[in-house]
Amino acid sequence: MKNNVLYKNRYLISRRIVQLTILLLYIAGNLYGWKILQGNLSSSKIFDIIPMADPYAVLQLFIAGSLLATDVLIGAVIVLVFYSLIGGRAFCSWVCPINMVTDFANWIRVKTGLHREEWQLRISRKTRYWILGLSLVLSFIIAAPAFEFISPISMLHRGLIFSMGFGWAAVMGVFLFDLFVTKNGWCGHICPLGGFYSLITGPSAIRVKHDADKCTLCMNCKNICPEKQVLWMVGKESVFVTSGECINCARCIEVCNDDALNFGFRYKPQKEEKENA
Amino acid sequence: MEKKAPVDRERRKFFIRVLQGLGLAALGGSIWGGYVSEAKTDEVVLRPPGAVPEEDFVRKCIKCGMCVEACKNRENNPDRTKQTATLRLAAPGDHRPKEKGKYIYPKQVAIGTPYFVPREIPCYMCEDIPCVPPCPTGALDPELVSSVKEGKKTLDINKARMGVAVVDMEHCIAYWGLQCDACYRACPLIDEAIKLELRRNPRTGRHAFLLPVVYPDVCTGCGLCEHACVTEKPAIFVLPRELALGRVGKHYIKGWEKEEEQRIKGSKGIQKTITPKSEKSPEEYLNIEDLLDEK
Repeated sequence: MKNNVLYKNRYLISRRIVQLTILLLYIAGNLYGWKILQGNLSSSKIFDIIPMADPYAVLQLFIAGSLLATDVLIGAVIVLVFYSLIGGRAFCSWVCPINMVTDFANWIRVKTGLHREEWQLRISRKTRYWILGLSLVLSFIIAAPAFEFISPISMLHRGLIFSMGFGWAAVMGVFLFDLFVTKNGWCGHICPLGGFYSLITGPSAIRVKHDADKCTLCMNCKNICPEKQVLWMVGKESVFVTSGECINCARCIEVCNDDALNFGFRYKPQKEEKENA
Repeated sequence: MEKKAPVDRERRKFFIRVLQGLGLAALGGSIWGGYVSEAKTDEVVLRPPGAVPEEDFVRKCIKCGMCVEACKNRENNPDRTKQTATLRLAAPGDHRPKEKGKYIYPKQVAIGTPYFVPREIPCYMCEDIPCVPPCPTGALDPELVSSVKEGKKTLDINKARMGVAVVDMEHCIAYWGLQCDACYRACPLIDEAIKLELRRNPRTGRHAFLLPVVYPDVCTGCGLCEHACVTEKPAIFVLPRELALGRVGKHYIKGWEKEEEQRIKGSKGIQKTITPKSEKSPEEYLNIEDLLDEK
């Protein structure tokens, strides 16, 4: 049972299901007028009541100098609170459509041996924070949301829901970049939206927990992790992965054969633990 | 010889990194910023009803497409399975019209923002304006398309000012003397936004011109006229009001209109700048004997 392919990929499969379901619900919102999810990842409504908005996009609009309506502000707060206090950077691995593109590029990379060092252009993982900062400065100077004009994420997402136009070119760019230039290049190094979520999701409750006592130091987790630096504690300390850069994709949990990594709830009160035990 | 202070390698490395980052940011920022400032506005783009002025629109619109969805899924949409929605979200490369050179087409609509091309699909002026209330950011402002009816604020599509229809008198066949009133009949505000004006046709001496004339104060810019126009490239077309209309300036006041006259109330009249020359009245000044001796 535990070596079953489905079980070994349980989180990966769940993630694909969640990503595709969200995408299809958005598409149905436009095509058939379904009210479950309307709009797109920039701003949307659940069941025509609960607003959601991309907090990074809202921040850009705000810096560009617009006074926004309350709807979008509430939406941004809802999303902000959810990811920063509960879900972590789960947007990147469970929602973002580009994740499927970059994961596909990475999969080919591994399968075809492009994994080797000569296929790796070293880029600092801090680049995304520079781009994040730059996008805000530009939004202010140009009085328009700078990243929203070039975001391949929005282009792909809008393209699938509304019309693609040449948006596929940007998506292809990300794909080829991740395939030939740098492993996890876009999501782990460049994307300012990922950088934004990295900065705000530090306190989130749902976290991967490492058990150093069970760890056999096989390093499977570090090999598969798209943000290796967050797994510094593997084999050393039994602590939660607390870095905001962890995207909660749970690949490390799946590849661990020693049950040394698992999801945990960081702020679990002591009382509850006793009751469960 | 002074002894050199030991090099703080970490600090040096930090400064190098920061300066390299700044260099890259300056290079990338100028390309990125250059692109965005070019691509953020299009002069001839037509926005949904209730849109705030274009400059504000690009910084308020979050590109969620809720207006487009509302337009597509509105009740009076004849066929939801086909592309019959007026509004569309600008996609990259959207600037190429289906029929090149046959009508006015925006060149670079800010990516992801809603717009419409009346020659393809005009705005059908739904009375309940489904596209405006869903807007989460206020880029489409219900206030701009509301009027007070029986003490209640209600949505009023006739207040929309998406653009203004302009007639090209040279190519409008009604101005040739042919009988065509396609735009006039298509206009949802017939006899208000477009009126037919009669004029004698001196060429034949026995016929009348029936000339469509647009009244910009009433025209909503829905584009039903442009859609209906029979010429190959429409001789009546909608342009953004900012582009098509002039501006008089504040110093003109329509003295025959009550509301306009209110504007002079409380005015201090003409403000004079007193200089040594203008101290005296003009006549007095001209009659000064030593005018020529003046410095």
